[in-house]
Amino acid sequence: MSERKIRVLVAKPGLDGHDRGAKVVARALRDAGMEVIYTGLRQTPEMVAEAALQEDVDVIGLSILSGAHMALVPRVLEILAANGQEHVKIFVGGIIPDEDVPRLMEIGVVGVYGPGTLTEDIINDVRQAVVGAPAA
Amino acid sequence: MSLATSVLAGERLAMARLLSQIENDEPGGREALGELFPHTGKAHLVGVTGAPGTGKSSLVNRLAHYYRNPSSGEPQRKIAIVAVDPSSPFTGGAILGDRVRMRDLSGDPGVFIRSMAARGSLGGLAPTTSSMVQVFDAAGFEIILIETVGAGQAEVDIARLAHTTLVVEAPGLGDEIQAIKAGILEIADILVVNKADRPGVENTERALRSMLELAHPTRRVVEHHGAVETININDSGMDSESLWIPPILRTVAIQGDGIPELVQAIADHQAHLETTGERHDRDRARLQAELEQLIQGNLVSRWRQEVSDSQYQEILESLIARQISPHQAVEALLNGGQSA
Repeated sequence: MSERKIRVLVAKPGLDGHDRGAKVVARALRDAGMEVIYTGLRQTPEMVAEAALQEDVDVIGLSILSGAHMALVPRVLEILAANGQEHVKIFVGGIIPDEDVPRLMEIGVVGVYGPGTLTEDIINDVRQAVVGAPAA
Repeated sequence: MSLATSVLAGERLAMARLLSQIENDEPGGREALGELFPHTGKAHLVGVTGAPGTGKSSLVNRLAHYYRNPSSGEPQRKIAIVAVDPSSPFTGGAILGDRVRMRDLSGDPGVFIRSMAARGSLGGLAPTTSSMVQVFDAAGFEIILIETVGAGQAEVDIARLAHTTLVVEAPGLGDEIQAIKAGILEIADILVVNKADRPGVENTERALRSMLELAHPTRRVVEHHGAVETININDSGMDSESLWIPPILRTVAIQGDGIPELVQAIADHQAHLETTGERHDRDRARLQAELEQLIQGNLVSRWRQEVSDSQYQEILESLIARQISPHQAVEALLNGGQSA
């Protein structure tokens, strides 16, 4: 019972109201034995970062379908760094144009997933990112 | 600076880290708890329990919001929230969704919300909930709201942990037979009928009231300085001092209706616990229960170190083959793995 659980925050920053994808991913991570904190729609980057701090998560999954990812994701990373949480791994899912992916990876996002991604791939990547990393 | 020192200084990241260490039962967490423990015992612990969907999270959200933004003349309090949701019995995973209802509290540095998975515990709380509460207590949070797993009838651990237990009901969930069953209703210090704008609220309230009348008869036989006395509550004037009859309050959490009255009822109960000395008794009982639980856990893990896996498997196989009974298996295992 004292085994180390992977804790994931699944959040939807920004204003789009489509959370089906986020819920599917949350459920898949749960079924993979992770503890998933689900925060619901319309979160500001500040709210996401604050929840990540209080919950001491290993991973944040951001679901963004609004096209505002180039504004929202850097802001979340910025606040995390300011809070001393650089170790938290960021994954982004949603509608992300191919040309934006390299830029997101460059600022520190670990993985970007579009429609049709297998949940299995996400689970493996999350596990690799957390367990493969040196202990904090 | 040690983690405990940082927590006492109010550092939120240190607190979050320590809570994880405690949840994962790491040695550093135990050590820090030892440093923090002398600073505990000041917070008022409020448990919030009830069936799934009765509105516990929304109620916790509104309560915390009220404590942060009280009406004039009342003090503003620092609030910690511990929200427990179930773990999957198959994968051990969990969806912790209580924060969805608590977005009003975001951005307030006087509020700290932590979600917990129950991790196999069956009493409505997680194995380390009480230790986490100690961290918040030591860090100076004045009110700690503890939301249980959506509870059925037997998840009553919260009554042992909290000073004041709210049992949340909603109209349309059960009849009078549900209300007279033993279990969750018996642990209520305050009964809350949430969603009170829904039809059927009178029936729910009536069922609860009749349950209360059965549970709290007006005449009580008590032992007072060794002598048995009968107290008639109605004319002895002792009712308000020595007996707490759980009030039934109506709320509509999403609109904030009934919240000031609920906060008042919690304060009344807190005062009752202080004046009757019951707070001390409850603290004592809680710490004793915790001590016994820890002893059990430690004895089990110490014993596991003494018995090898092969011995364990061997005895398990004899049990499955029905060569020995479960009791004989236990005896054999406690004798260092020698077959009885």
